[in-house]
Parts: sequence; structure tokens; C-alpha cells
Amino acid sequence: MFVTTAYAQEATPAPAEGAAHTEVAAEHGAAQGVFPPFDTSTYASQLLWLAISFGLFYLFLKNVALPRIGGILEVRRDRIAQDLDQAARMKAEADAAVAAYEQELAEAKAKANAIGNEASNAAKAEAEAKRKEVEAGLDQKLAAAEERIAGIKASAMSGVGAIAEETASAIVQSLVGGTVDKSEAAAAVKAAAE
Amino acid sequence: MANDPIHQFQIAKWIPIEVGGLDLSFTNASAFMVATAVATGAFLYMTTSSRGLVPGRLQSISEMSYEFVASMLRDSAGSKGMKFFPLVFSLFMFVLVANLLGLFPYFYTITSQIIVTFALALLVIGTVIVYGFLKHGFGFLKLFVPSGIPALLVPLVVIIEVISFLSRPVSLSVRLFANMLAGHITLKVFAGFVTSLSAFGAIGVVGAILPLLMTVAITGLEFLVAFLQAYVFAVLTCMYLNDAVHPGH
Repeated sequence: MFVTTAYAQEATPAPAEGAAHTEVAAEHGAAQGVFPPFDTSTYASQLLWLAISFGLFYLFLKNVALPRIGGILEVRRDRIAQDLDQAARMKAEADAAVAAYEQELAEAKAKANAIGNEASNAAKAEAEAKRKEVEAGLDQKLAAAEERIAGIKASAMSGVGAIAEETASAIVQSLVGGTVDKSEAAAAVKAAAE
Repeated sequence: MANDPIHQFQIAKWIPIEVGGLDLSFTNASAFMVATAVATGAFLYMTTSSRGLVPGRLQSISEMSYEFVASMLRDSAGSKGMKFFPLVFSLFMFVLVANLLGLFPYFYTITSQIIVTFALALLVIGTVIVYGFLKHGFGFLKLFVPSGIPALLVPLVVIIEVISFLSRPVSLSVRLFANMLAGHITLKVFAGFVTSLSAFGAIGVVGAILPLLMTVAITGLEFLVAFLQAYVFAVLTCMYLNDAVHPGH
């Protein structure tokens, strides 16, 4: 759209100006025939406006836009580095807390073990003492019983002689029909028993 | 005239100015130079005005272009070359936006004028020469004598190096100019086929489909070229500036 209207503006005055501006028209006509990029008559204007626009553009970027973008990027880089530092610090703190916790846990475990051992040792010793006591009582009872058995046995054995004498004298009396001297019977029983 | 593919490069005087016989008129080309500078400056200024710690989409574009050019310059010229960052960034953005604006229908493509690209290339080479001599004195001339070549070959190599140095502004400017010019002419020619073919009735309209598709495809390609040529211009600028910063190869 720009080009068309501009071209129209440029095209109309050329014939209208007519003979009064033959020089301009001729110059214009010659310029029209040249391939536009090689039309040297436009170079001065292009160079001037390029210098103005690019120069101002360069100054604007150099002094305003680029420091600003650079600043934004720098701030972000600093912020990220700062955040990373903080994260690293927090991680170290967390690691320390974990280590402290684990140490405490190990200590508590050791303590619990010690208490357990102590308790079990005490219980064992008590049980042992009780067992010994009971065993001693049992041994005592056993000894008493054995003593009693021996006593009973002895008394029984002594009783056996008397019974045998009585029995022998009774048998003799019933068989022979006479009395037997007590001492004789005793001697006989003794002989038989041996 | 509507089908004339050259018409788009015609310079039209909007405000005639003549100083001492020099024609300094404000033309359509001048208008688009100003538009390029104003649009780019305003974009960079306004998108970063909130200085967001977390950038929005538009702020990201400004930051990405900043970091893109900064890393490009740092990679080729090292941290010493960073003092040229405003220049390289301005050149890159100016050329890029000028190329992209030129893709709008009826917009003038200022980079399709050899004088514009040549002036920008001379600015680059001029910066290299001035800074090189200011910084290194005659040591800057070591640029033309690569280290580690036999003494017998030195004169030959120096001649080659000088010629290659002198051809830099030419190749830098012609590359950009020719790409933009050729792209826009091709685009105009194919678009012209569409209008002239469709004037022949139904068969013409059917026949116009192919050039229409080509026009669409070339428009896409031109967007790539617009970016690529701005990038190439900026990369070569960085490499030439590297010579000014480190002339000893």
C-alpha cells in the first residue's frame, strides 16, 4: 500500500512539471531505468537515513536496552545462585539433624541394651539363688528322708530278729511241744540268718 | 506494473530534502530504516519494562536474543570481544528485523539495497581496522602473516591474506543483499504467475494452484533466509572482530 501510493505521488509530478523541469525529469527518467539497488542517486539519502536510524538504534541499545536486559539476567543469575546456596545450606542442616538423630538413636539403643542386660542378669542371678535355695531345701529333705528310712530299716531289721525268735519258738513249741529257751532260739535265728 | 518484480525495490521520495545538491530525501527506504530501529528498540524496551524475575513470553524473546548474540560473540571472540556486544547485537537485530519486516506485503526491504548492506559491512570492517590499530599498533598487521609458514611463502600468503581481508566487506554485504533481493524477486515472480494465470478463466485458476503453493513455500523459506542471513552477518562480524582482538591467529 505504501509503495503504491508513494509511487503514484512520485509518478504524477514528473509529467505535470513538464518542460520547466526538464533537467529533473531527465535525471528522474534515467534513474527509473536503472535497477533500483544500483541507482547511485539514492545512495546519499539512504546512507544518511541509515546512519541516523542505525546510529540512534545503536545508542539506544547500548545505553538503555542492553544494560536493562543484562541487569535482568544478572539479577536472575544472582538469585538462582543465592537460592542454590540456601538450598545447600538447608541440606547441610538437614544432614546434620539426621546425623544427630541417628546418634541419639544409637545411644538410646545402647542404653536400652544395657538396661535389658542388667535386668536379665539380675533376674538370672535371682533365679539361680532361688534354685540353689530350693535345691538345698530338697537336699536337706532328701537327707532327712534317707535318715528316716535308714532308721526305719534299722528298727525293722532289729524287729525281724525278735519276730524270728518268737516265730521259731512258737513253731518249735507247736511242733515239739516244749518251750524253747529264749537265748537258744536267738542263737539259732542268728545262725540261720548268717 | 503490478507484475514487475523489480518495482518493489523502487525508492519513492516521501519528503524531498536537498542539501547542497545532495538528495537527502526521506524515502520509503528511510521510513523502513526508522521503522526497523523504532520497532526493535520499542520491543526490547517494552518487553523488559517489568524486569520480571520469571520472564513472560515476550521478555523471553528479548532475553533469548541477548543471550544468543552474547554466546555467539563469546564463542568466536572470547570475553575480550564482549566490548563489541552492543555493536554486534545492534547489527544482528537491525538486519533481522529489517529482513523480517521486508516479508510483509508492500513493506520495503531495506537490506535489498546494496548500499545499506555495504555500509553495515564497512562499519564492521572499519571497526575491526580502527580497533585493531588502536589496540595493537602495527602488531595488528600480524593478522596478514599467519604463524608457522615457511619464509619463502610469506610474500604469497600475505598477498592472499590482504586480498581475502579486502574482500570481506564485499562478500559480507553482497551475501545479504543478494539473498534478500533474489528471494523477493522469486517471491514476486511466482506471485505474479498466480495473478496473470488466474486472469485466463477457470483453466488458468486451476493452473495457478502450483505457483500459489510455490509462493507459500517460498514465503516460508524466506523467513528462514531472513533469520539465517542475519545470523550469518552477525557470526561473520564476530569472527572479523576476533581478528581485531586477537590478530596473531
